Amino acid sequence: MNKFFIIGCSIFYLLLLFIIAYWVEMSRKKGKNVTQKSWVYALSLAVYCTGWTYYGSVGRAVTNGLEFLSIYLGPSIMCALMMPLFRKLLRISKTQRLSSIADLISTRYGKNYSLGIIVTLCCVIGIIPYIALQLKAISDSFHLIISKHQEIGSNLWSNDTYLIAAVLSVFIIIFGTRSIDASERHEGLVAAIAFESIVKLVAFIALGVFVTYFLFNGFSSIFLAAHNAGLNEFFSLNAGFENNDWLAMILVSMLAMIFLPRQFQVSIVENTNEKSMNKAIWLFPLYLFLINLFVLPIAIGGKLLLGNTVGADTYVLSLPLHFNQPALSLFVYVGGLSAASGMIIVETIALSTMMSNHLVLPLIFSSKKMELNGEKTTVRNIKLSRRASIIVILLFACFYDKWIASSTSLVSIGLVSMAAVAQFAPATIGGIYSKVLTRKGAIVGIVTGFFVWFYTIIIPSFVNAGFMDSSIMDQGLMGISWLKPQALFGLNSMGLLAHSFFWSILFNIGSLIAVSLVTQPSRQEEYQAELFVNIYKYQGIAGGPGMWKSSAFIADVNTLLANFIGKNRAENLLSAYAQRHKIPYDQKEADPRIIDFTEKILTGVIGSASARFFVSNIAKEEEISIEKVISIVRESQQALELNKELKKNSLELSRAKEQLQAVNAQLVSMDILKDEFLYTVTHELRTPLTSIRALSEILFDNPDMEEPQRQQYLEGIVKEIERLSHLITQVLNLERYESGRQKLNQSVVDISELIKSVLESLKPLVQEKGIKAIFIPSDSMTILKCDQDMIRQVLYNLVSNAIKFVPENDGQIKIVCRPDDDELTIWVMDNGKGIPEELRTLIFDKFFQAKNQTIQKPIGSGLGLAICKRIVEMHGGRIYVEPISPQGAKFVFTLPFS
Amino acid sequence: MKKILVVDDDPYILMSLEFLMKKNGYQVMIARNGAEALEAINSNKPELILLDIMMPDVDGYSICKYVKSKKELKGIHIVFVSAKTKETDIQKGLELGASLYITKPFSTRELMKKVNELMQ
Repeated sequence: MNKFFIIGCSIFYLLLLFIIAYWVEMSRKKGKNVTQKSWVYALSLAVYCTGWTYYGSVGRAVTNGLEFLSIYLGPSIMCALMMPLFRKLLRISKTQRLSSIADLISTRYGKNYSLGIIVTLCCVIGIIPYIALQLKAISDSFHLIISKHQEIGSNLWSNDTYLIAAVLSVFIIIFGTRSIDASERHEGLVAAIAFESIVKLVAFIALGVFVTYFLFNGFSSIFLAAHNAGLNEFFSLNAGFENNDWLAMILVSMLAMIFLPRQFQVSIVENTNEKSMNKAIWLFPLYLFLINLFVLPIAIGGKLLLGNTVGADTYVLSLPLHFNQPALSLFVYVGGLSAASGMIIVETIALSTMMSNHLVLPLIFSSKKMELNGEKTTVRNIKLSRRASIIVILLFACFYDKWIASSTSLVSIGLVSMAAVAQFAPATIGGIYSKVLTRKGAIVGIVTGFFVWFYTIIIPSFVNAGFMDSSIMDQGLMGISWLKPQALFGLNSMGLLAHSFFWSILFNIGSLIAVSLVTQPSRQEEYQAELFVNIYKYQGIAGGPGMWKSSAFIADVNTLLANFIGKNRAENLLSAYAQRHKIPYDQKEADPRIIDFTEKILTGVIGSASARFFVSNIAKEEEISIEKVISIVRESQQALELNKELKKNSLELSRAKEQLQAVNAQLVSMDILKDEFLYTVTHELRTPLTSIRALSEILFDNPDMEEPQRQQYLEGIVKEIERLSHLITQVLNLERYESGRQKLNQSVVDISELIKSVLESLKPLVQEKGIKAIFIPSDSMTILKCDQDMIRQVLYNLVSNAIKFVPENDGQIKIVCRPDDDELTIWVMDNGKGIPEELRTLIFDKFFQAKNQTIQKPIGSGLGLAICKRIVEMHGGRIYVEPISPQGAKFVFTLPFS
Repeated sequence: MKKILVVDDDPYILMSLEFLMKKNGYQVMIARNGAEALEAINSNKPELILLDIMMPDVDGYSICKYVKSKKELKGIHIVFVSAKTKETDIQKGLELGASLYITKPFSTRELMKKVNELMQ
C-alpha cells in the first residue's frame, strides 16, 4: 500500500486520539466525567494488552501452543482473588496522594530519596526495552503494510521510529503534563486509552472472524484442518509446558497487573471511583477472553496458509495482506498501532513522573537548596523536568530499538519487563501488611532481586545478541559453574523465565526479611508503616494523625505551597481544608494538620520524598517517639470512636426523650379524659341537685302553697333524689369495672332464665307504657359461667333503654338468645327510632348523651351502655348495634362459653 | 308587667323558676329548648332571659349571640343559669354580653335578688 497513505492514516488515527482526549477534558470542565464510568475504567485497564498481545500472542501460540494464555490467566486470577490487596493499595495511594509505584514504595519506607531512586532506575531499565518493543511493533507493521514482504523484526533501523516517537511524545506532553499535580487524573488521556482498547479489540476480532469464517468454515473446520495437517501441538498442553515457564508466566503476569508502571497508573492513579473496581473485576477478564478468542484460529490459519514464508509474529497482518483485503489490513494495522501506542503513552507518563519526581527534581532542588523562585519558575521547572523525562525515555527506547532489540523476539521482552517489576512485589505487598519490614531491607531486597533478574535473564540475551562472550553461559561467571546465568546453583531443569523468576524472587524475599530483621526502622518509617498497614483504621481522621509536633508559620506554609501551585490556589486549598476540618487557620502558627495536608499536596506534585524535604525545611520538627505518634493516632481514633459513641448515645437519648414525650402526652390525654369525666359527672349531678334545692327552697319559703302543687314539688324532689342516687351508683360501678377492681363473681347461669327474670322485673314499666316485650327462648342449652348480677345489669339496661325509646302503645321489644359453637348471642330488638349509623359505636361512650344533647334528649344517666360494654368485655364478649327494618335498633351481645 | 323568659330543658328547674318569677310579679314565658326560646324572643320580646346553656337543639350561647346581634333585641338582659361551672365557660358567657352568669345549683333568694336588681 501507498506509504504516504499509511502515514496519513496513522497520523489521522493519532489525531483522533487528540480529539477524544481534548473533548473529554473540555466536557469535564462542564461537569461531565465519562472516566468515572466503570466500563471506561475496565477498558483503560486493558492497556495491559499491548502490541505484544496483538502480534506476539499468535507467534507464541505457533511455537508454544496454549502457553500464551498464561499471561492472561494471571491478571484474571488477580482480578478474582486480589481485590482486598488492590483496594488497600488504592486507598493508601489516594489518602497519601501517591503518583507512582516508586512513590508508593519510598513513602512506605519513610519517604526516603534512596528507595525512590532505586525503584525508578529499576523501572527505567526494566521497562525501556518494553517501550522499544512497542515502537518496533509499530514501525515493523508499518513496513509490512507498505511492502507486504517485509518481516517484523527484520527491518533495519529506519527513521520512522523517531517519527512515531516524536508524534507520541507531543501527545504525551500535551495530555500528560497539563497539570503539575501528578496524582491528579488525566481524564482525557484515560478516555483515549479506553478508546484504543476498543479499537484493538474490534480489529483483532474482525481479523479472527475473517480467518475463521471466510478463509475457513468456522471453528470446527479450522481445528479439523489443523488436525489433518498434523498440527496437534497447538491444542495440546504439552507444547509449552515442558519447563515451568507457564507457571512463572502466570505468577509474573499476576504481579504485572499491579507493578507495571502503566497498570499502576491506570488502575490506581487514574482511578476516580473505588466502586468501579467491582465491575472491572469481571469486565477486564471478559475483555481478555474476547481478545484471545481468535488467537488459536489465526495462528493455525497462518501456519496452514502462510507456513514459514513469514515469521509467526507477522501472521496477524500478513494474513489479510496475503488475501488482498486492503481495508481489513488497514484496520488490523490501526488496531496494532492502537495497542502499541496506548502502551507507550501510559507507560511513558508513568515512567516520566517517576523519573522527574525521584531523579531529576531532587537533583534540582538539592542543588539550589530551597531557592524557590516563585510559582512560575517552579512550575516551569517541574513541567520542564517531566517533559524532558518523557523525551529522554522515548529517546532511550529508540536507541534500544536501534542497537539491541533486533535480536530479541517480541514476546520475551515483555516477559522480561514483567519479571523486572515483579521485584517490587515483596517490599510492597509485605510493606502494606506487615510493619516489620524496614527501608534497608526493602533496598537490599529490591537491589538483590533486580541484580539476579539482570544476571539470569538479561545477560543471556546479551550473549545471544553477541555483546558478550558466551563463555559465561557455558562456564559460569569467572569460571564458577554454579554461577551459570541459566543454571544458578546447578538448577537447570527450569525454563529461562521460571529460572530467573524463582531465583530473583527468592533472593529478593530472603534478603528483604533478613535485613529487615537485623535493622531498626526510623521513626518516620514506623509512622508510615502504621499508616499503611492500618490504613482503614485512620479513615476519616483529618490529615492523618499528624507527624508534626511542629512550629511552622502559616505564612511559610502558604509560600511553600504557592511556589508549586500558585498563590490563590494555595490560599484557597488551605483555608478550605481548615474550614472543612474545623482547624484554626487565622493564627500565626500552622496547625500540624495543615502542615500534613500541605505535605500531601506537595507529594502529588513532586513525590513524597521531595515533599518531605521541603516541609521539613520550614517546619521545625520536634522529634517525637513512634510510641507517641501511635498514641496520638490512637487518641484521634479513640476520639473518633468516642464521637461515634456520643452520637449514638445522644441518638438514644433523643429517642428516649421522644418516648417519654409520647408517654407524657398519653398521660396528659388520660388526665384530660379523667378531668372531662369528672366534669361531666359533676355536671350531671348538678342538674338534679339544682332541682332539689330550688324545689325545697320554694317549699320552705312558701308555707302557704296549695296542696296539689306542694305534692307535685315533693314528688319532684323524690324523683330527682332517685335520679341522683342512681347516677352515683352507676358512676361507682363503672369506675369499679374500669379500674379492674371489680372481680367477676362467676357461677353457672342459665341465661334464658335470667332474661325471663329481668323481663319480669320490668313488667310494670312495660305495662305502664302499653307495649309488648317478648322473649323467644332457644331449643338449645343456654347455660354458661358468668357473673349473674353483672349480666342481669346488662340485660336490664338494654331492655329498659328499649322501653324508653319505643313508642307508647305500639312499642315492641323482642329478646332472642341463640347459642352456637363457642358463644351465646343475645339480641335485644325494638321498634324505636333506631340509632344513626355514625353513632353506633359512640353510644357506648360514657356520657355520650350528655355531651351530645343537641342530638337526643337525655334519658337516664348516660352511663348505662358504657357499663354494659365494660361488663360484656370483662366476660370476653362483644357488644354492638345493628339496624333493623323498617325501623328500630338491635343491640347484640355475645358471651363465650369458656 | 315586665316580661321574663325562662329557658331550660329540665322540667323541675323550669317549674321552680316559673314559680319564683311569677311570685315576684313578673310575666313569665317558658321555653323547653332553643327553638322555643327563639320563637318566644321574636314574638314577645322579654326584658330578661334566664338562659340554660346545654340544651338539646340550640345551645344557650348561640341564643345569647343572636340576641346581642340584633339591634332591637340588644337591650334584653341575659342571665345564664347553667351547670357549666368552668371559668372558661363563664368567661365565654360574659363576653357574649350576658349581664350575669349563675351556676347551678343556685340559691333561689340570691337569684331573685339579682334578677330584681337587673329589672329595676
